[in-house]
Amino acid sequence: MNAIIPYIWPVVFALVIVAVLPLIAGYIVLVERKVMADMQVRLGPMRVGPHGLLQPIADAVKLLLKEDIIPESADRLVFWGAPLISVTAAMLALAALPIGPFFQIADLNIGLLYILGVSSLGIFGIVLGGWASNSHYSLLGALRSAAQLVSYETSAGMAIVGALLLAGTLSTRGIVQAQSDIGVWFIFAAPIGFFIYLVASIAETNRAPFDMPEAESELVAGYMTEYSGFRWALYFLAEYTNMVVVASIAATLFLGGWMRPFANTRLFNFLDYFPLLLMLWIAGYCFRRTPKQPVPVQKMFMAAVGLLCLVLAAVFTIPVIAPAGSLLAAAKPGIHGAFWFLFKVAAYIYVFMWLRFTFPRYRFDQLMRLGWQFLVPLSIVNVMSIGISLTLHRQLNWPNLVAFPVGIAITLAAGAYLLATGEKHEQTRVGEDENAEVDSREEETPVNAV
Amino acid sequence: MLFNEVMFYVFGVMAVVSAILVVTRRNAVQSAIFLVTALLATAGIFLNLNAEFLFIVQVILYAGGIMVLFVFVIMLVNLDVALHQVQFNRQWFVALIISAVLAAQVVAAIAVSRHTLYTLAPAAPETLEPNTERVAFYLFHTYMLPFELASILLLVAMVGAVVMAKKRV
Repeated sequence: MNAIIPYIWPVVFALVIVAVLPLIAGYIVLVERKVMADMQVRLGPMRVGPHGLLQPIADAVKLLLKEDIIPESADRLVFWGAPLISVTAAMLALAALPIGPFFQIADLNIGLLYILGVSSLGIFGIVLGGWASNSHYSLLGALRSAAQLVSYETSAGMAIVGALLLAGTLSTRGIVQAQSDIGVWFIFAAPIGFFIYLVASIAETNRAPFDMPEAESELVAGYMTEYSGFRWALYFLAEYTNMVVVASIAATLFLGGWMRPFANTRLFNFLDYFPLLLMLWIAGYCFRRTPKQPVPVQKMFMAAVGLLCLVLAAVFTIPVIAPAGSLLAAAKPGIHGAFWFLFKVAAYIYVFMWLRFTFPRYRFDQLMRLGWQFLVPLSIVNVMSIGISLTLHRQLNWPNLVAFPVGIAITLAAGAYLLATGEKHEQTRVGEDENAEVDSREEETPVNAV
Repeated sequence: MLFNEVMFYVFGVMAVVSAILVVTRRNAVQSAIFLVTALLATAGIFLNLNAEFLFIVQVILYAGGIMVLFVFVIMLVNLDVALHQVQFNRQWFVALIISAVLAAQVVAAIAVSRHTLYTLAPAAPETLEPNTERVAFYLFHTYMLPFELASILLLVAMVGAVVMAKKRV
């Protein structure tokens, strides 16, 4: 019996995450549609539930009831298994992420490597799905995707190495602890590392402006062209889970994990009331919109959402105002940690959406050039300059405020150099391509003549 | 202890069965998939032995890196041709002799050294040092020179591959 006890909480946490995640993914889709609508000055889904709040559930039911089509010439077994690989890999990665100081499935001492390794297995789902469909669009999408993921994993990995040098540990919990000890989030110690990770993580989750694998105007839907119904939904779930995973890695590594901004400064303790204000604001909006709903059921639903926000507001506030030392006050790090972590993850995902609706899609060769000729060299320089800063700080006792700007300046200089040479290179390349075209035409003519 | 043994047999059976399937499947992509499961099962055995760093290196390098490139290449090959070719070499009696000799050697080795073999008692998991640090210590401290030599060798191979692939350098 004693052997089982340490496994109880991790299993409960894992069940909660697996059960809640599809719902969260569905609502991220809804938020994305709403954000897109807002940026395009329209309303977005409004019909199912008040303000479209039940749209994800309607979509899920529709997808579950759809016919499950397997193409005749597909490799059935692989076609059937590929989406499962994607979803499993994405979900496994969540196991090592600390959602607040208490809510974590397992604190591994290889934590970050584990997340990287397991989520890199997700490529198989995409590649095999594209191959098994036995369709040209799918295969091309899968090939593009594999090339893109392998390229950008390199620079994402190097960006993470930079932050790991600062933390000195691979354990996700240890990384957050290190940021608390140093007193500064790693985004300020390694801003360029964060930038590289941001770009690489967008590419790794196949999102616009890097959504080449499923560019609908070129490839129909890329590797999932032949998928429909529930299997398609699984790919979608994997994609949004991956978004949550990369956002959580960024939050843990660069944005201070579960820590409140200025967690160690007493002066900023008023930030503990930020969750309360946020919830009150949402609740107020819900109540203000309640009378304007067309149907009584929708009015009740809207009021219920408002009440839920009030309850959450109470949950966030009671531990803060409870007398110190009581049981309720002891729950504060857990509850507020979870709030701040999820808030940071949500902000990161919002940046993803913002970029998606702002930038046009890259061309594939531009994407590859950006990855290999700009991000990879820059990330290597970034790692070395962080090493230099750390040496200055730890061996020569330079203060933090001098040592880190030196490293950042070195990286910025390298980035500027790369940009300058890259442009020159591109100009010569354009000339080369024209020559090459002429060459090939000349070669072709005799063949046609024969 | 029982849990560990069960997990060892689960991973072991998985590794052996998928290794057999790698050579018997006619479809190259399916062979590659089973190669991945064989590698992952081996990684599981590493994990079972508390070698978590080896586990994750196996997953990242072999399953996540090399095998993706394998699958990438296989997908571009015309598989229909492979389906109509003879899958196994006809020199089976040579293979049989070699395997028999190898098996005899293994059996002999076990039989001879059965009484002289000794195993250390397994260390308690709590007393083990985190092995990422151990590996790093040996690579960058004790065996610094061979490690750097190997990395230069890899760099040369990488540059060579780029030079060969590129038309004009």
